[in-house]
Amino acid sequence: MDELRSGHICWLSSILLACMLTAACSRSMTEDLSRSSSDAIIENKGSDTIVNLALAWAESYQDSHSEVRISVTGGGSGTGIAALINASVDIANASRKIKPEEQAQAEANGVLPVEFVIARDAIAIIVNHENPVDHLSIDQISDIYSGAVNNWRQVGGEDRPIVRLSRETNSGTHVYFLEQVLRGGDKNDRTLFSTDTLLLPSSEGISAEIRQNPNAIGYDGLGYVTEDLKVIAVSLDATGPFVLPSPETVDSEQYPIARDLYMYTAGEPTGEIKAYLDWILSSEAQRIVSELGFVPITP
Amino acid sequence: MRNSTWREYIITRLIKLSGYSAILFVGLIFLFLMQEGAPALIKIPISTLFSTRWYPIENKFGILPLIGGTVVVTFGAALFAVPLGLATAIYIAEIAPPWVREILKPLVEVLGGLPSVMLGFLGILIVTPFVRTTLDVPTGLTAFTGALILGGMAIPTIVSVAEDALDTVPRTYRQAALALGATEWQTIWRVTLPAARSGVLTAIMLGIGRAIGETMTVMMVTGNAPILPTGLGALFRPVRTMTATIAAEMGEVATGSVHYHSLFLIGIMLFLISLVINLAAASVVFRQRKRAERILS
Repeated sequence: MDELRSGHICWLSSILLACMLTAACSRSMTEDLSRSSSDAIIENKGSDTIVNLALAWAESYQDSHSEVRISVTGGGSGTGIAALINASVDIANASRKIKPEEQAQAEANGVLPVEFVIARDAIAIIVNHENPVDHLSIDQISDIYSGAVNNWRQVGGEDRPIVRLSRETNSGTHVYFLEQVLRGGDKNDRTLFSTDTLLLPSSEGISAEIRQNPNAIGYDGLGYVTEDLKVIAVSLDATGPFVLPSPETVDSEQYPIARDLYMYTAGEPTGEIKAYLDWILSSEAQRIVSELGFVPITP
Repeated sequence: MRNSTWREYIITRLIKLSGYSAILFVGLIFLFLMQEGAPALIKIPISTLFSTRWYPIENKFGILPLIGGTVVVTFGAALFAVPLGLATAIYIAEIAPPWVREILKPLVEVLGGLPSVMLGFLGILIVTPFVRTTLDVPTGLTAFTGALILGGMAIPTIVSVAEDALDTVPRTYRQAALALGATEWQTIWRVTLPAARSGVLTAIMLGIGRAIGETMTVMMVTGNAPILPTGLGALFRPVRTMTATIAAEMGEVATGSVHYHSLFLIGIMLFLISLVINLAAASVVFRQRKRAERILS
């Protein structure tokens, strides 16, 4: 029994340790990789919104440039920027601008983040197909997520409780949504997500829940919205016009919840990294942007 | 001759060393946790720490909802896993004919080896909609869903350890009970189970330990909303557990920030909780032994 019990302690603590060190370990592993042959490998990490786009770019670029290998991982904008600050990646993907605190930390670590706008993205508000609500104003969405509105009846729907879904706090989409939708872009507004907002670790978690739950409302990048989810038309004012998100309405700035997507490098990029970023801004790479449901940037 | 005593010496020492290494590792882990987590106690005011709002990107570090979440999910899982697990162990060890036992034992062990991500995925696709429609709650991503799946994960642990413990009870005990005219159930309940009590208790503690430590599944199915659980209804609302919080946020934090230290503080609390559970189990087992010794002497 004794060896069982000490095994038990060991086992519990190893779980604990594993939980805590997963992040640290994965970070240091990528660090080793990029250091061993930094001339041929580009480490690219960050926003889950951008990860599919970055993968498509990487594949397409490697087809024509066999000497370059690009490794792309997700994890969230905050994760990517943290990795850039710790100098473990070459390019950080972010669906939000770098925060002043992060900028300061980076400078303290001797890293100067340089920003590139690489595409634009609309954030779609999504509900279950059974939900009769098809349009909402920004104020109504803000009231729903801050907890002021708790029943679909209050925004023209059925008598059902509202289940609010959001990405985790390390997601750039979460931060963008908080600042631009909940707080309407007002820097002094201290509105927060309602406590009972479900924070789901992935886009797939949000889609899966909305697909089967008529009470739910969620938000996600337009590139991740599938046929089996219902997209809500959004307006800036209560009177309208209510606009559905699409590359056209984002481009003409009619759809109000759209943002730039970024890549950050540590210092001005040189060599292979510079060549890759130049290619990303080319029309060839921007065609891939529209294929994936994002909005290309027009130079 | 000399050679063999030397070898003996080294081997005994090595075994001793690996025995003590468990203590060493626990000690080192605790030191590391303290070093990284203690600054949170200085940097975060106590009133903030014991508030009810966890929203780290706005410097709100109330850990009460997280502790509550872990307690609710673990309690729910134990409620479900302990009776089922023990019943299965008793069936396999005492009642099942040998051929059933040969099939059940390895199957239970396979169940124990299922990766938790996969169970989480099954949870999202099958258990969540089921819970929402049958219980008529706003969302199926609740503590109850997490407890169901965690309970399922704890059962194999409980079964295999408890079954081993029941197996080590000398056959003479059962024969004596049966000879005295006890029924099969009386023998199991009054003789075999009490005789294996310390092993059964270890099984339960290991099962609960598995439930507290599990991360991936709870992160996928409990909704992760940091609501302070109040009353029994909390079981049917979303919760955010301590492990899920660490896993979800560790990748994002900048090393050395307040948020980073606060996550380690949560780690310390998890460590202390599992320590308390272990000590409680150990003290019960110890008391048991002393009484048994008294009877024997």
